Amino acid sequence: MSEERKLTYAQAVKEAMVQEMKNDKDILFIGQDISGGAGREQDGLTDTWGGSFGVSKGMSTLLGTDRVIDCPLAEAGYMGAAVAASTAGVKVISELMFNDFLWLAGDQLFNGAAKLKYLSGGTETCRLTVRTVMGGGLNAGMHHSQSLYSLAAHIPGIKVVIPATPYDAKGLLISAIRDEDPVIVFENKALYNTEGDVPEEPYTVPLGKARIVRKGKDITILTLSRMLYIAIEAAESLEKRGISTEVIDVRSLVPLDEETILNSVKETGHVVIVDEALPRCGAAVDLAALVSDKAIDYIDGPVKTVTSKPCPVPFSPVLENEYLPSKEDIIKAVYESTNREG
Amino acid sequence: MGKISMPVDKLGEAYEKMLSVRKAEEAFERVYMDGKIPGFLHLYLGEEAIASGVCMNLTKNDYVTSTHRGHGHFIAKGSEIKKVAAELMGKETGLCRGKGGSMHMIDVENGLYGSTGIVGGGFPPAAGLGLAAKYRKTGQVSVCFFGDGSVNEGTFHESVNLAAIWSLPVIFVCENNLYAQSAPQEYHQKVKNISKRAEGYGIPGETVDGMDIFQVYEAAKKAVERARKGYGPTLIECRTYLFTGHYVGDARGYRYKDEMEYYKNERDCIKLFKEKVLKEKLMTEEELAEIEKKTEKTVNEAIKFAEESPMPDKSEVLLNVY
Repeated sequence: MSEERKLTYAQAVKEAMVQEMKNDKDILFIGQDISGGAGREQDGLTDTWGGSFGVSKGMSTLLGTDRVIDCPLAEAGYMGAAVAASTAGVKVISELMFNDFLWLAGDQLFNGAAKLKYLSGGTETCRLTVRTVMGGGLNAGMHHSQSLYSLAAHIPGIKVVIPATPYDAKGLLISAIRDEDPVIVFENKALYNTEGDVPEEPYTVPLGKARIVRKGKDITILTLSRMLYIAIEAAESLEKRGISTEVIDVRSLVPLDEETILNSVKETGHVVIVDEALPRCGAAVDLAALVSDKAIDYIDGPVKTVTSKPCPVPFSPVLENEYLPSKEDIIKAVYESTNREG
Repeated sequence: MGKISMPVDKLGEAYEKMLSVRKAEEAFERVYMDGKIPGFLHLYLGEEAIASGVCMNLTKNDYVTSTHRGHGHFIAKGSEIKKVAAELMGKETGLCRGKGGSMHMIDVENGLYGSTGIVGGGFPPAAGLGLAAKYRKTGQVSVCFFGDGSVNEGTFHESVNLAAIWSLPVIFVCENNLYAQSAPQEYHQKVKNISKRAEGYGIPGETVDGMDIFQVYEAAKKAVERARKGYGPTLIECRTYLFTGHYVGDARGYRYKDEMEYYKNERDCIKLFKEKVLKEKLMTEEELAEIEKKTEKTVNEAIKFAEESPMPDKSEVLLNVY
């Protein structure tokens, strides 16, 4: 079988889109420079870009420029068009080049797509999938590095998933495309070259299902996106110091897999939440609230969060490293939660 | 090239501005390839006549809003090249002490209210700076540089309209380099001359050859005078071409080879300027060579300064958030 098959995270994303679009002619894919050299098919200059990270290169050649459509720089306009088209007989995968542009496209998503089903008494659906790119670590500066999934998760009516592995990048995207509600998939640009096992046949990873990545009995670490890898490193260090750490990749903020999270925390009695987003009103404090609300009797130490620092994402590598959560920050939080000496 | 629109004693300044931007950008590209500049880098090579020709009409106190391709605007408006270079390398001697980098610089002392990673992000601030200047009767003008791609953003329409109805002292300067990232202009908008859009807002609009600093200078001079007199905004479209890709590393597979060669060989604003002033005997080879030497020295020293500067201390990460 195909269990040894390796793809990068970027290749997994593309494979999900290609397979779904081949199977369903009603799916359109739109976004800025997702093909490149738009309008120059005759001269062989089209499909020369494939998005800012080359993820979709080859797709307009394979599926046609009537289905893989380059957009002008008009985020509010094309996102709103994608929202409405997704209510009118087609399904749109709309790429937002960086999640930092959510401030531009946000009105149509949060005031439009998110509210349609509610407003229509459940008769209307917006079968929209937004793919966007988050995350720091590449010195891309404050307008191309933010992690803004908490904004989207705040708004009822929009589902929010955050794949950390190539396997999940494909499986969650297929689920998002097949879902009848609008879903935003936050891909991490620092993970696009990460390799992992990805089966060739289409498969789904259900929305709202966390994954226990590493079993442990002393403490639970909940992670989102790239923080998974730093948490695993921390867990390996902690293992050597006698602390058995369970690592759970939350993967889906909306819907949220409360059961997997709470079962783990009830077993270990301690929890640290690691989130690249900002500390105030974000995913980490949301998960902390869940634990204190529904598992407080099982908790033997403070619920700790490890997040980025509360400032814009700075450019200079020294400052960006200081801004981002580190393995050391996680280890410190684990010691504090378990009341042990570092 | 058109007629020589500026006083002869300004020709040296014109050459020096264009050349400073050219030499600095070439040096930044080299240093980037050596791995000394982190992140993404968008260069201004080929478009030097626009920032230079416009900023020659501005005072230090006049305002400029920039784009993601902003180094040229900063240098032409008066930012020290060494501080720009240091910012690109993330050093503490940079314009923003390493917090911004290439796409997010400000230099308020020189009237530069920022490059931005958000396409179309410079339009509303340009109107706002114009509003403040008008209300305070300072006589300042505000210049908004932007590309052809950003004209498709809603902020263009909203801001040009605001500037028009309030007669704000704003000059909207479009650097039409024929591409929005990889999208050719003929694909991403149906008008060829962006200056035509001025009519929709009831303001003057003009298209000039952005490779001819004399045309840019003249159009900007007229627009700045108009703005200072309180007659409101102008839209100037400068048709130009970017000699490099959208960012350093862009293979430019979406462009025609002969187009790239034509602009580089036949339409280089610096080459055209040099030929013109020599032919008209307004400057000598020696005068030009002197400026070349001086510019090269400034740029080399700037790179050295940036390379030798320290990184900011990590304790600065939370400084000045509030």
